[in-house]
Amino acid sequence: MRLLLTYSFSSLSSHIHAWLISSMGDGMAALVAEMVIVGISLIVFLVPLCFFLGYMERKVAAFMQLRLGPNRVGPKGSMQIVADTVKLLFKEGLTPTASDKFLFNLAPVIVVVTSMLVMAPIAFAKDFQIWDLSIGVLYVTSISSIAVIGILMAGWSSYNKYSLLGAMRSGAQIVSYELSIGLSILSVIVLTGSLKMSDIVMSQQNGWWIFKGHLPMWISFVIFVIASTAEINRAPFDLTEAEQELTAGFHTEYSGMKFAMFLLSEYINLFVVSAIAATLFLGGWMPFHIGHWELFNHIMDFIPSSIWFMGKTFFIIFIIMQFRWTFPRLRVDQLLTLEWKYLLPISMVNILLATLIAIMGWHF
Amino acid sequence: MSLLGEDIVTEDGEFVINMGPQHPSTHGVLHLKIWLDGETIKRVQPHLGYIHRSIEKMSENLSYRNFIFATSRMDYLSAHINNEACALCVEKGLQIEATPRAQVIRILMAELTRLSSHQLWWGCTGLDLGAVTPFFYAFREREAIMEIMEETCGARLTMNYMVPGGVMYDIHPNFQKRVKDVMKQIKNNLHEYFEILTGNVIFENRTKGVGYLSKEDAISYGVTGPTGRASGVSCDVRKWFPYEGYDKVQFDEILDNCGDCYARYMVRMKEMDQSVSIIEQLIDNIPEGDFQTKTKNVIKLPKGEFYQRVETARGELGVFIVSDGAASPYRIKYRSPNFSNLSAIDHMARGAKIGDLIAIMATLDLVIPDIDR
Repeated sequence: MRLLLTYSFSSLSSHIHAWLISSMGDGMAALVAEMVIVGISLIVFLVPLCFFLGYMERKVAAFMQLRLGPNRVGPKGSMQIVADTVKLLFKEGLTPTASDKFLFNLAPVIVVVTSMLVMAPIAFAKDFQIWDLSIGVLYVTSISSIAVIGILMAGWSSYNKYSLLGAMRSGAQIVSYELSIGLSILSVIVLTGSLKMSDIVMSQQNGWWIFKGHLPMWISFVIFVIASTAEINRAPFDLTEAEQELTAGFHTEYSGMKFAMFLLSEYINLFVVSAIAATLFLGGWMPFHIGHWELFNHIMDFIPSSIWFMGKTFFIIFIIMQFRWTFPRLRVDQLLTLEWKYLLPISMVNILLATLIAIMGWHF
Repeated sequence: MSLLGEDIVTEDGEFVINMGPQHPSTHGVLHLKIWLDGETIKRVQPHLGYIHRSIEKMSENLSYRNFIFATSRMDYLSAHINNEACALCVEKGLQIEATPRAQVIRILMAELTRLSSHQLWWGCTGLDLGAVTPFFYAFREREAIMEIMEETCGARLTMNYMVPGGVMYDIHPNFQKRVKDVMKQIKNNLHEYFEILTGNVIFENRTKGVGYLSKEDAISYGVTGPTGRASGVSCDVRKWFPYEGYDKVQFDEILDNCGDCYARYMVRMKEMDQSVSIIEQLIDNIPEGDFQTKTKNVIKLPKGEFYQRVETARGELGVFIVSDGAASPYRIKYRSPNFSNLSAIDHMARGAKIGDLIAIMATLDLVIPDIDR
């Protein structure tokens, strides 16, 4: 039991690393093999994750909407999402005649690949991280903004007016909300002094930033959750899909597996933004510690770090899911008003406050 | 612009979108042609006829007993009230009146229909504005009303309960108890409607000041019902031309002067309270007696023209019968509320955004088969 709790994933990865080098030599081959292993394990992890998120979304929706949700296929309806995926796989993937076929087929790939790339610097547990690069947070913000190109591409190449409108909306929306996301991330960075994900997590050993950083961190956290909900095009900011206005927005013309890829990326993005929010503000895999309460901290350490990370992430996912099933959708001009007139000025003032706290050393 | 050719953008740089006839928020086969400048609407042109079933022409070959039930398929959400209008018009021609018991049952049924229709509208408004959950809250109460309908009329949507001279059968023994239960349930749950949608900042932003219709415009477009009353037009047929003894019950005509989507929303929400109050006044006072006045097997209206108007959940429904003395009408014309209400959409939507158009359509509470008939 003790062994399991203190088990570090780094020993496993170093074992694999050593074995690869011994069998393939210290060259390109081992590196490529490692990348393939990471890629496969990522996909193996992501597909069940998305299944679970899809199932969770339905159950949360059902819970809020006085109904039962899926309850026929498999135990408690858990296999419903698998059945739906199989259906999507077997569906004919139509490509409209008038569309730009190359861009049309490329767009879903770009969207999925970018959302998978963002997983790289996320610390899932203690010493369990794909790539702990020194500019982790910057990497996340820059890679995630590539997804908008995929969406624009999908909307433009579909040769559909609704798709085009949806894509144009998403362009304006994602570009705007990235500012708030960036600024709220920055307010954590000024306190940690590092862009590296592992450093950010380690800096929260004595308490999470949301508790240590006073009011500015709370404001940052709220702004981050709002802006990232907009960034991943989820209700109430789902203007790019806006079913009631644009039928399905940028993915109106997509069907079958190509459509499933957009769906997949939506859930991966949901997980990613929640994971980043958990890492920045709620301490990532770091257990809940209170100052010098040694006994309490020790008990908290007994809970495995991966459970801490997943718990925090799913807490934020749950909040974002509740947004979707509660709020009506904003109008496109109100969406931009919210960003440029409210969130952006608030985050600018907020980052000044955070800087002041960092300089004066007022944080705990 | 090679990818998006000239067929997408007109010579004036306008972007033309055909919203419908298959579109999630037109609630049926309404086809709106929209000229856009970016997201701003320059012009809206409704195209009708996708669900025209020539109910008026068809009625010319149906007997006076049968043509009533074709109207259930017009405004299917207030099927009772449509049937009632026709039954009343035939009664006017025969110069008879429904029995006191039948009249009270008719009012009760009409108000239950109005409640269920407004509940469906409320759910759909939430749905159109992007909030899915209200729909399920609305259907919880609507389902209870539908069950009452099922018990008494044998059907849930197109009840076919009204006949000239009264109602088709007597009410179910459970009717009074169940109606009281449902009224209690609605009164207990109505605050949830306000909590989840009305007070929401996003909802208020989406509806306040959107789709403004002035009193003068409302009158000139012939807008009636809650839509007209939200623009300050006092047009409740139940007050102005009382039928079935609506003059004997106490209720308020809800008026609002704002004329925007929010006003239309609030008028309907308050009308639900009024319907509940009407039902509560009558449910314990259903007179004993026959539920139907005796009429001949084959009804023949005397030669002449007969007009009857009623207040449906959407506005004023007029039934105009021209009779040549035969067993079926010579000509029938319906003045349907949705047709007139839809005509104002271009005026309301100009200069608004696409999202606003959806809000306008939602608060107009359009039922498309009623427009085409």
